[in-house]
Amino acid sequence: MATIKLKKGFDLRLKGQVDADVKPVAGIAPPTVAIVPDDFVGIIPRMDVRAGDAVQAGQVLYHDKNHEAIKVTSPVAGVVREVRRGERRKILAVIIEPKGNDAVKFDTKRNPQELLLDSGLWTMMRQRPYDVVPNPDVKPRDIVVTAFDSAPLATRLHKLTAEQSANAAAAVKALATLTAGKVYVGIAPDQDINIEGAETNVFVGPHPAGNAGVQIANIKPVNKGEVVWTLSIDTLLRFGHLLTTGEVDYTAEVAVVGPCAGEPRVVKTVIGAPIASLFTAPEGDDNCRIISGNVLTGVKVAADEWLRAPYTQLSVIAEVAERDEFMGWAALNPNRFSIYRLFTTWLAGKRSKPVSLDARIKGGERAIVRLDEYDDMLPMDIYAEFLIKAIIARDIEKMEQLGIYEVAPEDFALAEFADTSKLELQRIVREGLDYLRGEME
Amino acid sequence: MKFLRKYMDKIKPHFEPGGKLEKLQSVYDGMETFLFTPNTTAGPRGVHIHDGNDLKRTMITVIVALLPALFMGMYNIGYQHYLAIGELAQTSGWTIFCYGMLAMLPVIVVSYVVGLGIEFIGAQIHHKEIQEGFLVTGLLIPMIVPINTPLWMTAVATAFAVIFAKEVFGGTGMNIFNVALITRAVLFFGYPSKMSGDDAFVKVDDAFGLGGGTVVDGFSGATPLGQVATNVGDQLSLHDVAGNVLGECDAFMGFIAGSPGETSTLAILIGAAILLITGVASWRVMCSVFAGGLAMAALVHAFPSTTYAASLLSPVDQLCLGGFAFAAVFMATDPVTGARTHIGQYIYGFLIGVITILIRTFNGGYPEGAMLAILLMNAFAPLIDHCVVSYNIKRRLGRVKQ
Repeated sequence: MATIKLKKGFDLRLKGQVDADVKPVAGIAPPTVAIVPDDFVGIIPRMDVRAGDAVQAGQVLYHDKNHEAIKVTSPVAGVVREVRRGERRKILAVIIEPKGNDAVKFDTKRNPQELLLDSGLWTMMRQRPYDVVPNPDVKPRDIVVTAFDSAPLATRLHKLTAEQSANAAAAVKALATLTAGKVYVGIAPDQDINIEGAETNVFVGPHPAGNAGVQIANIKPVNKGEVVWTLSIDTLLRFGHLLTTGEVDYTAEVAVVGPCAGEPRVVKTVIGAPIASLFTAPEGDDNCRIISGNVLTGVKVAADEWLRAPYTQLSVIAEVAERDEFMGWAALNPNRFSIYRLFTTWLAGKRSKPVSLDARIKGGERAIVRLDEYDDMLPMDIYAEFLIKAIIARDIEKMEQLGIYEVAPEDFALAEFADTSKLELQRIVREGLDYLRGEME
Repeated sequence: MKFLRKYMDKIKPHFEPGGKLEKLQSVYDGMETFLFTPNTTAGPRGVHIHDGNDLKRTMITVIVALLPALFMGMYNIGYQHYLAIGELAQTSGWTIFCYGMLAMLPVIVVSYVVGLGIEFIGAQIHHKEIQEGFLVTGLLIPMIVPINTPLWMTAVATAFAVIFAKEVFGGTGMNIFNVALITRAVLFFGYPSKMSGDDAFVKVDDAFGLGGGTVVDGFSGATPLGQVATNVGDQLSLHDVAGNVLGECDAFMGFIAGSPGETSTLAILIGAAILLITGVASWRVMCSVFAGGLAMAALVHAFPSTTYAASLLSPVDQLCLGGFAFAAVFMATDPVTGARTHIGQYIYGFLIGVITILIRTFNGGYPEGAMLAILLMNAFAPLIDHCVVSYNIKRRLGRVKQ
């Protein structure tokens, strides 16, 4: 077990953190459940079911146009109520009305890759390069499992139960057959997790230490032509559960957190549960921003939408905490949060205390001026600013040389938060990766 | 502030497309975002929370850091003036400061009106937000231009610099050369007689009626570095405008002839502390400029020569005299025109220090070398970064071969 110390980054502490030892509460039975194809980057959906079809839990809803083996499955048994489409018939959501408990029974003796693909768990993995659902035709160099999420307000599994340990070990054993390299597990220093068969690394340091990309970069960086699969420990445990029982565990423990979430809690529900079953804004309060995921990488969702991948967290913050803030740039108020020493936050020692932040951008978009902003937030051997500029310029050669194969949009999330110039770095990186993938494949 | 918000909302329709003042929309937006933090919130994807810092705050911090040097510069203009007319002893400190302030105000106003005017027009033409870059440049210009420069010259040079050194490159954050230094360079090469010599740096006539008088006998307005450049013999004797001998303390505190902002090393160091504590400026650049300057000054001082009189100056004098400290703290640290990689910043800063002293010592035509050294290194900064980044690229490609 090696210890890797990371210095760059920042642990952003928000109000509304859920306590480490809190017991999950059972959520209400969801009236509908939905899968949103946008969550599975790189897949072009081709529907296998139509509105009105009855489905079992684990039954295929749609598959990928380019790789028919990649399938997305239904998290519940029931009836497909609607395949919601948007502009140019793009599929926005597949909505299912739960009914009964029928579940597909998978043959656990089969090749692990086929099992992953058929059960839909495949789509919960990602690959470097491009941060997309892995291409089943390419054998990965290594597989990286992140056992903790270092993002703001994320919950953490401190210890595995005996059953979870056995499941995890079974999953690692199966995954090891799919790669010529190793299965790495990255844990935080406060975690007591040791999975048999995997090589464990302890990552000490602030966010983004828990990001798969950061962990790979500090173990063995991805080079051009190499592929590394990444998955979270939740997916690993689901795979282990599938291997031992033959059924996919679609339940999800979702932390409902954030300054405006009310009492922070963990709700036991199902993948794709409706937002309304997890959180409802107080009557008359239209100033809530509900984010499925964490505040850095999540997606803003409306109250009538559904939980989005990776189905672990729902963050609620204020949309605008202070309307028409007078000369905010001149503020001497220590409560105007900044991680920089330009504000009085640091003098008051409030940078490490839990804060309540709203969704305002707090400034206009500008050219990159301040030095080191991106590099200080990215613990990788990458010149982040030069990479961003190469992406904006769509200079493929430079992108490759500067290490675009090693990064995912989420790795730039903290830099995007800290950015004085208020550039949408994650969007820039995502578009750059898509562009590159389009050119290369 | 409700009434202000209401007023802004009331006049807003005039500035929208179709309104009678639609040509001033950028100006209105600029004012609105200046007064009120925009309520714009993050998009549905991407980061949902943002740091409180923005470019406005960053630029204002630089201005705050400039204030000590500005005030000391104002005081020094008055000080030099009353010294020149022989009335220093009987004039109160407050009057001295007021004189200096009145002398500088027109330059500050001209610099901001011309520069911001062009920025506003540029923003309106391109339908972009007004950017904050000129807030700092506009204050730097009066601080590095000799006080006796005619206002129209400053206006012409500012306009030239803002248009050809900044706007044509794409505005704030895109320029290759430091805009304030380009302004000074335009003046320096366009109107050399007004930019150096005995008449440039000490204002002897009155400012808006304040401080009239005639100069004392033996008056010479040459800056210490100007005196060094014309020094004969192997003994340096620096004197102030009234002919008294200057000490090191005068140079450090700032009671010497020179451009308004550059004279007081003490005030500049206070500014440096603000920039470094807030993290706005790169300590790597700042420290390496001083290191480079000290190293080169020590080298030339080790081989003193009467042909190159500046080699007679001790290294510490070299850093206190002229624009060295000001350039190191406020000009070299401009993040946009400097090197952006860590190793690059050390090289960039060190070479600025070295070249400044090199020009001072061995080029008789230019008593001060900081401006030219920084402009030269501005041109080389991308090359330095390119080399540093290439090293990273080589390492990445090298991994594959292993």
